[in-house]
Amino acid sequence: MSASAPVISAKNVWKLFGPSPESYLKSLAAGRSFDEIRADGYIAGVKDVSIEVARGEMLVIMGLSGSGKSTLVRCFSRLHDITGGTIEVDGQDIMSLTERELIELRRNKMGMVFQSFGLLPHRTVLDNVAFPLEMRGQDRYDRRERALEVIKLVGLEGREEYFPRELSGGQQQRVGIARSLAIEPDIWFLDEPFSALDPLIRREMQDEFLRLQEMLGKTIVFITHDFDEALRLADRIAIMRNGAVEQCDTPDQIVMNPATEYVAKFTEDVDKARVVHAKGLAKPVNGHALEGAPINGGSTIHELARVLVNDKRILLPVANDKGVVTGVLERDTALNVLLGAE
Amino acid sequence: MMATLSTDISDTRDGPWGQTKVLTALLVTALALILAKAIGILPEWLNRIPEAAIPPTAQVLDAIFNFIQNDLGLIYVTRFIAEGPLEFLLDTSANLLEGKRRWPYLGPIPWSAIAAVAAVVGYAVGGWRLAALGAGTFIWTAAIGQWKIAMQTMSVIVVAAPLAFLLGLVLGIAAWKYGWFERLLKPILSVLQTLPFFTYLLPAVIFFKVGPTAGAVATITFAIPPMILMTTLGLKKVSPEVIEAGQMSGCTRWQMLRHVYVPAARTEVLVGVNQVIMLCLAMVVLTAFIGMPGLGAKLLAMMGSFKLGRSFEIGVTIVLLAVTLDRMSKAWVVKQPVHFERGTPWWKRHQISLVALGLFVGFTLLAQAFPILAEVGRKQHLSQGKEIDVVIKSFLAIDAIKGTTEWLRWFLNVKVLIPFRNTLLAIPTPAFILLVVSFAYWVGGRKPGIYAAIFFTIVAFSGWWDRSVITLYTVISAVALATMIGIPLGVVAARSNRWSKSILLACDTAQTFPSFIYLIPAIMLFGVNDVAVVFSILIFAAVPLIRYTIIGLSNVPPEMTEAADMSGSTRRQKLMSVQFPLALPTMAVGFNQAIMFAFFMVIIAAFIGTQDLGQELQRTLAGTELGKNFVLGLNVSLMALTFDMAISSWAEKRKKRLGLD
Repeated sequence: MSASAPVISAKNVWKLFGPSPESYLKSLAAGRSFDEIRADGYIAGVKDVSIEVARGEMLVIMGLSGSGKSTLVRCFSRLHDITGGTIEVDGQDIMSLTERELIELRRNKMGMVFQSFGLLPHRTVLDNVAFPLEMRGQDRYDRRERALEVIKLVGLEGREEYFPRELSGGQQQRVGIARSLAIEPDIWFLDEPFSALDPLIRREMQDEFLRLQEMLGKTIVFITHDFDEALRLADRIAIMRNGAVEQCDTPDQIVMNPATEYVAKFTEDVDKARVVHAKGLAKPVNGHALEGAPINGGSTIHELARVLVNDKRILLPVANDKGVVTGVLERDTALNVLLGAE
Repeated sequence: MMATLSTDISDTRDGPWGQTKVLTALLVTALALILAKAIGILPEWLNRIPEAAIPPTAQVLDAIFNFIQNDLGLIYVTRFIAEGPLEFLLDTSANLLEGKRRWPYLGPIPWSAIAAVAAVVGYAVGGWRLAALGAGTFIWTAAIGQWKIAMQTMSVIVVAAPLAFLLGLVLGIAAWKYGWFERLLKPILSVLQTLPFFTYLLPAVIFFKVGPTAGAVATITFAIPPMILMTTLGLKKVSPEVIEAGQMSGCTRWQMLRHVYVPAARTEVLVGVNQVIMLCLAMVVLTAFIGMPGLGAKLLAMMGSFKLGRSFEIGVTIVLLAVTLDRMSKAWVVKQPVHFERGTPWWKRHQISLVALGLFVGFTLLAQAFPILAEVGRKQHLSQGKEIDVVIKSFLAIDAIKGTTEWLRWFLNVKVLIPFRNTLLAIPTPAFILLVVSFAYWVGGRKPGIYAAIFFTIVAFSGWWDRSVITLYTVISAVALATMIGIPLGVVAARSNRWSKSILLACDTAQTFPSFIYLIPAIMLFGVNDVAVVFSILIFAAVPLIRYTIIGLSNVPPEMTEAADMSGSTRRQKLMSVQFPLALPTMAVGFNQAIMFAFFMVIIAAFIGTQDLGQELQRTLAGTELGKNFVLGLNVSLMALTFDMAISSWAEKRKKRLGLD
């Protein structure tokens, strides 16, 4: 398996809820809409979704409630059995796994964080975090050591002996995060992890989460209904509606080129300059004559505001973090984004 | 939430099978039958079902039981259980608690040691008040000289309650796991819960031989249903995210059950434990009817010989035990684990267990030196039975009291009960069934109506019609009187927060008393007759009525009452047109419970001497007529179920329409 092979690869995935979904899917005519399917007595939780998640990538699935985002992530971890299509994790079709193999997969490769934390109320913080390790039969000392390590990682040292109900919401979610990291998973699923928290705590937890991700570099599928959160965290965003993916692209592309009207509605109120990066807006060099110092492609237009206003060049060279010029930015285009002009 | 005052909801849908049409047809037919009888043109076979037409159900059942018991050899299995593991457990507990000469030959444990441990347990679950309650109960029991009989009762409970818990838990898990099993179990459970306890006793005696084993088996069977229901309910309520967290942690099925589902359903499971304990106590007391020694048997004997003082004292002991067991198990339900700081030494973590152990050992040793701490002897106890007897009797002999009770007795008997009973008995069987069916149809709708028809027809063909009608008459009179007293009381209490709180507490406490207790005041006031029966049922049934009236009225959403206030309604208008309509579904639940309690109590009242099904049931206990016992029990159950279905269906529909779910 090459390093560039996707970690999760979903092809034409369907998840239907209803009396006999399999046979209904077989008889389903192509192009039938969500509402027509509902009129037939079925709910299309996931509707013909094909998506790939690359190693080390953070894919954020964004959608309003009922859009199927939680269902989709539960298909990835086979908490739901899919009705049609295939899902491969590390090249292995997860629908073909036996119960035992599935358990092994979850015990060694997957971690998941839940919106309402899903903590076991009768166990202390330590025992909650050690729970997945206990389930896979690790001995008492190993699991205690590892659990203490992740508890420290999420900043809960000193609270090991507390019970979940003795903690605040933010602290409880830290326990949830620690538990999902205890087994050192390759793939990390986060199902609206910060939605149940106050706005201030949410912000703090997002920073914390970015810090962890920088340190651990895991493959992440992150679910949210908050578009700003998605823009803040994502490498790529998949926007879902009625079980289907409307658009799946980088934040820059989604903001600059929304594929559908529905996506455009989300991007309307977004301050694009804070989202779009220089490299996202840059064009290929293609023989343009470039002069002067390059700007950093990883900076947002908003961060480059001063340069853009003061510089006199028409074309600005854009470099990656190693200093190699990778593209060229038209100053006018960038200024338009900065000023919010279309 | 919008405070919409939509309380005048009437059923307006009237199809080809319109409700009014069907009701009229039913009532007219019933009336025609009654009239026909009154003018003497009704053929006898329409008045009562002729003997010849009654199938020999009891004999057939007997044959079936015999087949299962002897030919299939079930009796060997049950006798093996009875004489093997169950008897062993019962003997062990009997040795430890009351000193029966059986393995492990250690007992009896000194009463002081048990009282001390009860105090520590009380403290652990609920602080000093429960500690005082726990210690107080056992000190009272010992001091009043009832230690031995109380321990005879307890020794069955300590075996029956854990077994009922385990079986209920396993069956509850099975019902939750397998849909078909739940569908199979549900109707059986509803019959079991309405079956009179006499019907539990006889099979237990036949299959598990007389004595503690039969008592324990009957007790276990009686206590299991709520445990099953609570377990299933709790498991169904576990939050989906907790389940998914378990799955994502890589739990196997067994690990899921053991580490995720059952612990997460802790609250419901513990509520089940509380109910198991209370039902065990209630039933163990009643096993007196099959000759089990203990508090119940003593109470039965004392009441039989009209020793009111001693009866009263035993009653207090039973009530104290009930309250202690109930409060402690309920405190356990709400008790949540609290953490210890890291580095807390071992002895500190287990402080309470160590104190309990220390006190237990300490008092056991002390009891060697001071025998009074081991056993309160015959001449040492503080029982004032005779004195209380004198007090009660002289109180009852006061002219005013005597006059009142005697007038009440005369009035109720001659002017109300006997005429009502004779009227009911005079109604021809088919007309009676039609009346019941129209009631069920009117109240609950089509399904309860159909079931009422089936159930009462079965009762009619059981061959015990008149006795069933008498049972029903007692229930109806008692519940009607209880309603007249209970609902106004509840309404008045619901007016003030303080009052409703203390009355609710009193009702909750009263509900934990074993039903047997309610016979004591009835016999004291009215002696042994119909009025005492009705009176004992009345107080027993009034408890849920008061309780649910208060709950219903105080749970009316405040927006609604505020809206009524702002519309300028008087207190009376508010009560009649806002609070009552909204509280009615909840009050109906109380009414339903009152009827169920009444059906339960009317059978116990057979002890006072009734002429209904209970009396016949009690008679079957002396023999081996299992078939007859079953037919009688089923009659009670079917009548109770008819009312249960009609009223609960009404309450549910009403709730849905009022949007109170």
